Amino acid sequence: MSVIVIFLTVIAGIAGWWLSQQRLMSKPWLEEGVIGPSFDTGTSLPSAKIGLAVFLAVVGCLFALLTSAYVMRMQLPDWQALPLPQLLWLNTGLLALSSIALHFAVLAARKGSMETVRLALVTGGLTALAFLFGQVVVCRELVAAGFFLSTNPANSFFYLLTGMHGLHILGGLFGLGRTTIRAWEEPKTERVRLGVELCAMYWHFLLLVWLGLLVLLAGWAGDFLEICRGLLN
Amino acid sequence: MVDITPRAVDAIPPAEVPEVELYHPRSWWTTYVFAQDAKVIAIQYACTALAIGLVALVLSWLMRLQLGFPDAFSFITPEAYYQFITMHGMIMVIYLLTALFLGGFGNYLIPLMVGARDMVFPYVNMLSYWIYLLAVLVLVTSFFAPGGPTGAGWTLYPPQAILSGTPGGQDWGIILMLSSLILFIIGFTMGGLNYVVTVLQGRTRGMTLMRLPLTVWGIFTATVMALLAFPALFVACVMMLFDRLLGTSFFMPAVVEMGTQLQHRGGSPLLFQHLFWFFGHPEVYIVALPAFGIVSDLISTHARKNIFGYRMMVWAIVGIGALSFVVWAHHMYVSGMNPYFGFFFATTTLIIAVPTAIKVYNWVLTLWRGDIHLTLPMLFALAFIVTFVNGGLTGLFLGNVVVDVPLSDTMFVVAHFHMVMGVAPILVVFGAIYHWYPKITGRMLNQTMGQFHFWVTFLGAYAIFFPMHYLGLVGVPRRYPELGQTAFIPDSVHTLNAFISIAALIVGFAQMVFLFNLIWSIRHGKEAGGNPWRATSLEWQTPHTPPRHGNWGKELPVVYRWAYDYSVPGAPQDFIPQNDPGTGRTAMGMA
Amino acid sequence: MAVALVLVLIVVGSILFHLLSPWWWTPIASNWGYIDDTLVITFWITGFVFAAVILFMAYCVFRFRHREGQQAAYEPESRRLEGWLTIVTAIGVAAMLTPGLFVWHRFISVPADATEIEVVGQQWQWSFRLPGADGRLGTSDNRKVTPENPLGVNPDDPAGADDVVIQGGDLHLPEGKPVKVLLRSIDVLHDFYVPEFRAKMDLVPGSVTYFWFTPTQTGTFEVLCAELCGVGHNVMRGTVIVDTPDNYQAWLQGQPTFAQMTAQNQASAADQIKP
Repeated sequence: MSVIVIFLTVIAGIAGWWLSQQRLMSKPWLEEGVIGPSFDTGTSLPSAKIGLAVFLAVVGCLFALLTSAYVMRMQLPDWQALPLPQLLWLNTGLLALSSIALHFAVLAARKGSMETVRLALVTGGLTALAFLFGQVVVCRELVAAGFFLSTNPANSFFYLLTGMHGLHILGGLFGLGRTTIRAWEEPKTERVRLGVELCAMYWHFLLLVWLGLLVLLAGWAGDFLEICRGLLN
Repeated sequence: MVDITPRAVDAIPPAEVPEVELYHPRSWWTTYVFAQDAKVIAIQYACTALAIGLVALVLSWLMRLQLGFPDAFSFITPEAYYQFITMHGMIMVIYLLTALFLGGFGNYLIPLMVGARDMVFPYVNMLSYWIYLLAVLVLVTSFFAPGGPTGAGWTLYPPQAILSGTPGGQDWGIILMLSSLILFIIGFTMGGLNYVVTVLQGRTRGMTLMRLPLTVWGIFTATVMALLAFPALFVACVMMLFDRLLGTSFFMPAVVEMGTQLQHRGGSPLLFQHLFWFFGHPEVYIVALPAFGIVSDLISTHARKNIFGYRMMVWAIVGIGALSFVVWAHHMYVSGMNPYFGFFFATTTLIIAVPTAIKVYNWVLTLWRGDIHLTLPMLFALAFIVTFVNGGLTGLFLGNVVVDVPLSDTMFVVAHFHMVMGVAPILVVFGAIYHWYPKITGRMLNQTMGQFHFWVTFLGAYAIFFPMHYLGLVGVPRRYPELGQTAFIPDSVHTLNAFISIAALIVGFAQMVFLFNLIWSIRHGKEAGGNPWRATSLEWQTPHTPPRHGNWGKELPVVYRWAYDYSVPGAPQDFIPQNDPGTGRTAMGMA
Repeated sequence: MAVALVLVLIVVGSILFHLLSPWWWTPIASNWGYIDDTLVITFWITGFVFAAVILFMAYCVFRFRHREGQQAAYEPESRRLEGWLTIVTAIGVAAMLTPGLFVWHRFISVPADATEIEVVGQQWQWSFRLPGADGRLGTSDNRKVTPENPLGVNPDDPAGADDVVIQGGDLHLPEGKPVKVLLRSIDVLHDFYVPEFRAKMDLVPGSVTYFWFTPTQTGTFEVLCAELCGVGHNVMRGTVIVDTPDNYQAWLQGQPTFAQMTAQNQASAADQIKP
């Protein structure tokens, strides 16, 4: 459970930093009147962004827990790591491309060039779809090679983790689809900017999660854990 | 001494928030059914939770009938008994208490108390309720599924939960249970995002964090915790569904069931327990923190005195919330985990007792030199303190690793958690309903019925659960449909069991009176007016009672003070509402 | 008035119930008197806190109940009082935790001279295995469980040949000798629970858990299951008989070993095939 505890420590650090800005040491009974403008209405960020950030913390928690479970299960004797198909690297590239495309969409939306926004959004969506397709192909390859879901916990975790990540991408594609449609209907970038930024934020986060999962699945995390365990003992 | 100089009252402009950027309901359906108004959603949540809670109440009667009179009811087979305890536990913890405190009270009170028009994402809020309802319906379906609901105990420990020796293990019961939990978590996450972001972003002008009523602090912290803890249950449920349906071995070791070798191998039942309790322990505080917050406000309002040590109360809530994530394995002292964990988890568990104790002291010190009105909400708050102190102190037995060894899995545990996270929070729920019902409906609940309900519930619940600890001391194990002939159990234990069962039936009956009161008073209750308790917090200052869609009419309230200005020396009344500009107290020689 | 009185009565009633009720733990039959001592310390401290808090509350309710013209005092906080209460609480908590941790350390430190015995749970009966003359238990594996070898003892391990297997029968233990109980399950979670011994631990399929104790009283004790294990949970009973060392040896000599049992099983199987 160390992974999730570390993750939550980071969250607690962020929450603690935020709380430390909120004058928790003040004596509210001595203060009367409308308190200074900086304390008027929370932060200046739009609520949707805060909402997405909180949601991403929950998603991060989910994957941190899966990682914790993976690490705990991995230490039992019946674990046999499965080989990673080469295609996975191509998929990773596609997802990175998708993330970059959405980043360009954000830049374009800030500059106000609607055409670029539309192009970037479509590129991002298509590469993400290609990533999903690639993931399905990877799974089919593995099954064809005899790595069935229930034959070994390493296989079970591989399908569970990629599946869970894929579902989150799929959910994101709905949001991206809606934003893309709006980008076609709206002539001005200001009206879609927030939506584009939210999509990009979600995409970058899922790319980060995927890279984390890849490290785990490739077994690099195992070496790291060995070192940690050596330090602890 | 004064951190911030009060501004001249005239200099403060009215809150210029654009009239309503809200979704305006157009029809009866969108006003009352597919509503996006947090207050309607709150009532939907509350009614659904109370309805499914009623099922749990009936199940508890059946359990108590079996335990009190083991030979009298032939229809309560061991299978049925295990199904009753499982569904009773799961419904009470998740579908009633969590949903009621966060979905019910959270939805109603957060926007009103922070001075917002609504939750920040009303559409997502509506979805949250409908997914919750779906989760409840899936849960109810399992009663009618072949094989009945699962009988694995609310902890759903594998391997037992998905094997045929347990009711529903190889039938639909466990599948429906896990699916329902997954739905609940998805629905809750949607609602939880709303509660958190509304507190972060939706506060009106002048409403700093340190001016929030403790109710909001409690619900806010509990929601943050729930958002981070429920994923653990989600992961555990998904992985167990894989084990049950797809033959994986996440949690399932090599098992020989009734002479048959099963396909599973190598899995770890302890992995499930870690995941489950990583959710399960914060869950205790997810239920307790809103109760802490609400009871603070009830005591303060009805004792006409500011809550004693507000800052300490806030820090304690935050501290308890953070600490509760590093105590989970105290549920697993005798689970066979690495025994050295015991040192760490016993220490963290007992450390958490300190902020909790401070909260108790501050509640009692709020009463000290107060002007205590013994209204129904105050009575329930006092009863909460009694039961919470009792249940909290027995927690020190169970948290202190070696003392837990003889007591774990006995009736002592059952008595402890019912006292501390069953009776105590439910007494707060009742107190809160008596307190806010006038705001929700415009009428008071009937006093006579309320007094009857209070005394029977409080004394009855104490009579049920206090003696039950001693059954555990004797050594009576939990989750036994009947004790049978056991050498070390004296006959007097059976007498005590019968007594507890009768008390449980009486307490259950009193809840019917309460439900009747809820319905009866909508039409026949005394007119309450806008602020019957003369309270300071914003929800009592709405232009209309019940508050309309958008809560505040044309202009949002502006907050000039904290939520506890009761009995301020020199003030014309014994309370000053939060949105009252006042006269500048510093001039009155306040220290 | 009535409310304050009821609060006082609850405290008095609870204390009287504690002192006068017939329900108290079973007479101890193991070395874990320390656990009982820690529990009693906890009872004293928590009982005192309960009485103090509720009685103080009752006094407040009585003394400061609403009367005409009364006004509450205005006192937002008192750092001194809160500080003192925190310190006193921390001391009380430490007074419970410290002995608890010391006893826990003892609880998990198995003495070197403890005899290993094995308890095996399955739905819904207890089986036991004692080391034979070599003093060692043979290895085992759930994959090796068959009707003839119900505990899955590894037949290829020479250390297991002289093990004594007791399936569904009574477990005998010698008085005064520490035992390390190894716990194993072949299906679901169980918990080996003898109230008189105080110690207990879960049986987890797929791993071997343990605890230790020294029986200090001869006699017959009932074994219960304390971890929900399916519909037969409450009927999963067994018996532990603590003998004097001489009686124990006499009993042990009369038990067949795993090798003898296997041979017998094979012979009877052969008998069945012959006709």
